[in-house]
Amino acid sequence: MTTPQATMPGGPGTRIQGFRSSVASTNAAPIYLVLLAIFLAAWVIVSLAGRPFLTIDNLTSMLVRSVALGIVAAGQTVVILAGSLDLSVAYLISVAALVSSLIMSGDPSKIGIAIAAVLGIGVVVGLTNGLLVTKLRINAFIATLGVGLILRGLLNAAFDNFAGKVAPEFEVLGYGSIGPIPLSVLLLSATVLGVWFLLRSTRFGHHVYAVGGSEETARLSGVRSHRIIIGAHILCCLTAVLTGLFLVARIRAGAPWIGPDGGYDLESIAAVVVGGTALAGGRGGVWGTLAGVFILAIIDNAFNALQFNSFVKDVVRGVIIIAAVAIYAQRERRAGR
Amino acid sequence: MPDEPAGSETAPMPGPAAATAAAPSAAATAPALTPILEMRGITKSFFGVPVLRDVDLDVRAGEVHAVLGENGAGKSTLMKILAGAHQPDGGTIVLDGQEVKFGHPSEAQNAGVSIIYQEFTLLPERTVAQNIYLGREPHRGPFVDTRAMGKATAELLRSLNVEAAIRPNKVVRSLSIAQQQTVEIAKALSFHSKVLVMDEPTAALSPHEVAALFERVRLLRERGVAIVYISHRLREIFEIAQRVTVLKDGRKVGTSEVAATSTRELVKQMVGRDLAHYFPPRATPGEVAEPRLAVRGGGVTGLLHDINIEVKRGEILGIGGLAGSGRTELAQALFGVRPFDTGEVQLDGKAIRIRSARQAVRRHMGFVTEDRKIEGLVLPLSVRDNSLLALRSLGSFFRRGTGALTIAELLRTLELRGAGLEREVRFLSGGNQQKVVLAKWLACEAQILIFDEPTRGIDVGAKAGIHDLMRQLARNGAAILMISSELPELIGMSDRVVVLRNGKIAGELPPGPTESAIMFLATGEQDVASAA
Repeated sequence: MTTPQATMPGGPGTRIQGFRSSVASTNAAPIYLVLLAIFLAAWVIVSLAGRPFLTIDNLTSMLVRSVALGIVAAGQTVVILAGSLDLSVAYLISVAALVSSLIMSGDPSKIGIAIAAVLGIGVVVGLTNGLLVTKLRINAFIATLGVGLILRGLLNAAFDNFAGKVAPEFEVLGYGSIGPIPLSVLLLSATVLGVWFLLRSTRFGHHVYAVGGSEETARLSGVRSHRIIIGAHILCCLTAVLTGLFLVARIRAGAPWIGPDGGYDLESIAAVVVGGTALAGGRGGVWGTLAGVFILAIIDNAFNALQFNSFVKDVVRGVIIIAAVAIYAQRERRAGR
Repeated sequence: MPDEPAGSETAPMPGPAAATAAAPSAAATAPALTPILEMRGITKSFFGVPVLRDVDLDVRAGEVHAVLGENGAGKSTLMKILAGAHQPDGGTIVLDGQEVKFGHPSEAQNAGVSIIYQEFTLLPERTVAQNIYLGREPHRGPFVDTRAMGKATAELLRSLNVEAAIRPNKVVRSLSIAQQQTVEIAKALSFHSKVLVMDEPTAALSPHEVAALFERVRLLRERGVAIVYISHRLREIFEIAQRVTVLKDGRKVGTSEVAATSTRELVKQMVGRDLAHYFPPRATPGEVAEPRLAVRGGGVTGLLHDINIEVKRGEILGIGGLAGSGRTELAQALFGVRPFDTGEVQLDGKAIRIRSARQAVRRHMGFVTEDRKIEGLVLPLSVRDNSLLALRSLGSFFRRGTGALTIAELLRTLELRGAGLEREVRFLSGGNQQKVVLAKWLACEAQILIFDEPTRGIDVGAKAGIHDLMRQLARNGAAILMISSELPELIGMSDRVVVLRNGKIAGELPPGPTESAIMFLATGEQDVASAA
């Protein structure tokens, strides 16, 4: 292996830069080019159809649409990087929306306790997922699918439609803004930045990559791999709860179909994978996921504007997801060994 | 030895603590006689197969204690128990006068025991620094102190004189095999442990790199670190170790002072008999016939270049080389797993194309892979199903041609004992598993057999059985290509030896070459120790 630049010992500056680039996803740059291409294509097509695309209103609406999926996908990124995944998030989103709306019942003084309660539920569900995956060695796909089904059963037994009502002050989370920037966009930014920082700069984040890369190697190096996987599951469930809170603030009351109708389980995984994170874990990052979320949102927006048949939209989305993963697989093969 | 990185709170046993434990100045010349580590009566079974039986080991501060044994003798399992990666079924571990139980590798690390594993334990997607400090990242609160980690890594690499080639922020995937091994060593050195276990650290190193490693080992020893050194290279043990414990078939044979023993004595303890009787006789000139499989100018982009070899009917062609030299890649190319991009493959003088394993099987080739548990067998399937795996995949349940020989008869000729046809192969011993792999190919009437590390993980008695079988197959007209990293096996079994280096053929040696002749071709370096 010859490395021309390696003959120089390398000052501290270069070294730090190297760490940064290695921890943040090295795959993230190309996916933003794809995002740009899809954005431009959507712009041209929608404009040709005589519909608004590059307006403040439309762009804001696209961003806000990205918030719900973006938050939970950020959490999904962590759990996938750790070599697991979470299919229970869609129903957890409904649970968070319903429980918070029921606790509040329009009373602003209950906002705090509602948020605390649903965050607590998120921790419990995440802990359950994590324990099933690590201690009982149940495949993550099955374990979280099972937990999701249990949540669905509980929801459907107790509710069939809207229940409770959020406090009017709470709706700020869905509709408010600071200056020109919607609060919800800030919420998404904070979540993505938080996850990025966590992955890049904390021991937990480093260990997530290590466990996802090879759990055995991480374990033999002294990493408590089970704790890392459980932690990743808890974090993912907390982001699902956050998405639930955001959605209920917009819809103003909880309902059991909020999560599953949004398809947040499979969509969040799709966004992560389109963003270049390896489904097997250990490689990728949250910036790629954000691009994946935007790509899905642009396609949504464009097809809605064109008032096309939604089947076509699904076909296009399917093609994009498959193409993205195929391209990553090719790149991996070329880089291999 | 670099200083402890700033802000590191959990890095186990910084230098001074190890030093006080062992009084380094005295330890440098005369190791304390009270052991720092005692393992007593260690017993361990996997799937009911005993791997360790009542093994004792004691190691003193400031000594290099070699643990010697054939593959499958239980060395690695004993060390994994010491490192907390496995838990013993019975026995005690006393460290520094206190009984300890390690439920997790991190507990062993915190107690001052660290290990460098035989197989690479590096994460290819992470940087050198991240790999070295994995699980022990210098940190401020929950945050990794990347600056301190980079600095500590750079100093560590400088102390190994490799700072120019290996930089802390390089992704491990981009390093060569030897560089990765160096990172592995740097990682082990970074532990500042009381007890450091090195499990065959020189397997992929050139003599030059081995010398550098030994220099480091001596330095650690002088600092009072107790080093457990696992190897089956006897010469290394005489060079570096003070005492040696020999294991055989999961039992301790004995512990002796290195100065008071001899190669001959150790071999006897290891093998239980003299080496001379160990291998079946080579082929006589009359037994070797025409070339069956030949490669002319074969290449696989980035892995193999200009390969010219031929395997003749009736001979065993040995392939040597360091780990990463292209040995396994050559076997995979021949068998169509990752075919040659360039050059020509000939079967019985006619050019053929083998683009997949299936085509190779159709040409009556068989590939006994290095990792039989993943590539050779389907563990939950029975002996019968595994034996028929390749034959069935060719589309015929029944044996084509004569149909006379059933699997049961085949296994009888292979002397597969103690396992019924319906037994799941995961319950079989390594030697019997290997016979099932062989049965799989013989069922397809394989005439050209590739063996990649044929006796890895097989105990000594069964090893001889496999060797006898291989020779018998050659005598019955098979052409055999055997890859081995065990030099005695390579020397003892091969009718000719071809040595690979960096994906090219470094040279060919006649029957019965010396170890240093092979190493010279494998590394391109004159072996200083043996020349002296």
